[in-house]
Amino acid sequence: MSFTDTKTVFGSLDSYVKGGIEVIDDDRRHYAFSNVFEVASLAKPYEKVVVGKNLRYVIETLRAEGTSDWFTASHDESVIVMDGSVEIDLVKLDDPERIAPAHIEGSIRLEAPPQGRRMGLMKLRRGHQALLPKGAAYRFRSTDGVGVLVLQTIHGPHSVEKWSEICLT
Amino acid sequence: MVGDLSDVRAMEQDFPSTRNESGYQRFRLGDFVFSRDEYFVHIEWRAQGKKLSHTMSADVFLRALMRDVAWNFFYGWVNFDDVFGTRNRYDRVELYAGRYHPVYKEQGLDHSACFDSSFVMQAFRSMLDDWTNVGYDPFAAPAETGLTWQGKKQGHNRAALNRARESCRRMPGLPGDVPLRTDRNRYPINRAFLDVPQDEPVIEAEPGFEHEVHAFNLFAYLSRSDVTWNPSVTSVCKHSLFCPTTEEYILPVKHANDRIEWFLQLSDQIEWRIEDRATGRPRASVVMRAGDVAAMPADIRHQGFSRRRSMLLVWENADPRLPQLYEDGILPPSLAGEFQEPGSVK
Repeated sequence: MSFTDTKTVFGSLDSYVKGGIEVIDDDRRHYAFSNVFEVASLAKPYEKVVVGKNLRYVIETLRAEGTSDWFTASHDESVIVMDGSVEIDLVKLDDPERIAPAHIEGSIRLEAPPQGRRMGLMKLRRGHQALLPKGAAYRFRSTDGVGVLVLQTIHGPHSVEKWSEICLT
Repeated sequence: MVGDLSDVRAMEQDFPSTRNESGYQRFRLGDFVFSRDEYFVHIEWRAQGKKLSHTMSADVFLRALMRDVAWNFFYGWVNFDDVFGTRNRYDRVELYAGRYHPVYKEQGLDHSACFDSSFVMQAFRSMLDDWTNVGYDPFAAPAETGLTWQGKKQGHNRAALNRARESCRRMPGLPGDVPLRTDRNRYPINRAFLDVPQDEPVIEAEPGFEHEVHAFNLFAYLSRSDVTWNPSVTSVCKHSLFCPTTEEYILPVKHANDRIEWFLQLSDQIEWRIEDRATGRPRASVVMRAGDVAAMPADIRHQGFSRRRSMLLVWENADPRLPQLYEDGILPPSLAGEFQEPGSVK
């Protein structure tokens, strides 16, 4: 048996086709339907726009453009590169509890360059997923124009919710 | 995890079975009787003193049964079709027929019964083992496994049924965690994803941090999945689980979650048929393309249709308190309440 479509279709900032909702007896808002490329196209660099929320857990979309601030968290986070190329610097914080104590969840922006040992560098392209280990400071650097990141984390002080702007209604 | 099938024979006396003229065993769980023939699975039960029966294609039934077993009854309801299914009550499993079908329910012809999860698991594994013929893989796309599900009983396919669900502790490829998929560990690139780049991230870890600085090619990992509609876990943030999967043809069940779950379409397109959880009444059709994100409310059942193999990220909140909080109405079934007036930012 053969199939005509042999090309895998991924999205990008330059090429995405948003789907939609055919309502039969429902309200589109129930589905909080958005598109990460569309959200990133309208966002500020590294603005942490919430596109998925399950109680305190969130998925955030980030527009990767230039170099981000340093962030850390008291728990593991992960990031998927949906478009572009990104480098991630990691630093093992000398005193992670001071910046992100265990009872504080979500990504915390560092007010000053991280103090600690350099852990390494990761160079990611589209489709790559990286661990952002708890207690480590990290920053993103887009190396090929503007990229799109999807962050698995917990709602924090820098999370931005604007459901009415980003979702089908 | 499906587990080893070597011990199922010892359990058969708990759900007595006999072989029919097609060579297949018949199973009884409480008042439910299950049998199959060359084409069909038949489910029988009693209600209001009457014997009721329901017939499904054996192909459809086995695909659904495979997911129910592999997912350990998953979250909430696994509807094999509009009539029969299971509800996970965590340590207990409810089997039902007609319970969530408005006509059976209205006529009082529905039936449900709860069993220990381990008992149902053993029974379902035994059923899968007996009813899956050699060459048939209920996890594979129809184009890959063909019509070997048909006909009289012929052998087994235990290798296919014994796959373990891949759930990482932190991320695949980390020391002590689930391995990455490669040709060497018998995960060739699927025929539909031959064009997916296989390059791995460049990792430059400082000495002493080799086990913490970690990334992998998620799309390549998915391109090597040998199953459809069977999420694995690739990252964990407390109860937040990223469960990507590859999908082709039709989700063999109508899943009704006992909590909100989310989908992020990573590639290609899936169409979701959305129905009311309790009645099956149509509510919406959701078309998701690469980059689309959507919530599946906690009061619906959904079934996906993927015309070519696609990559989907299923996002689950595995907090065990959630089913009761939704059941009690403490949590709303959707995020509609989060919407503010246009332009406002929370």
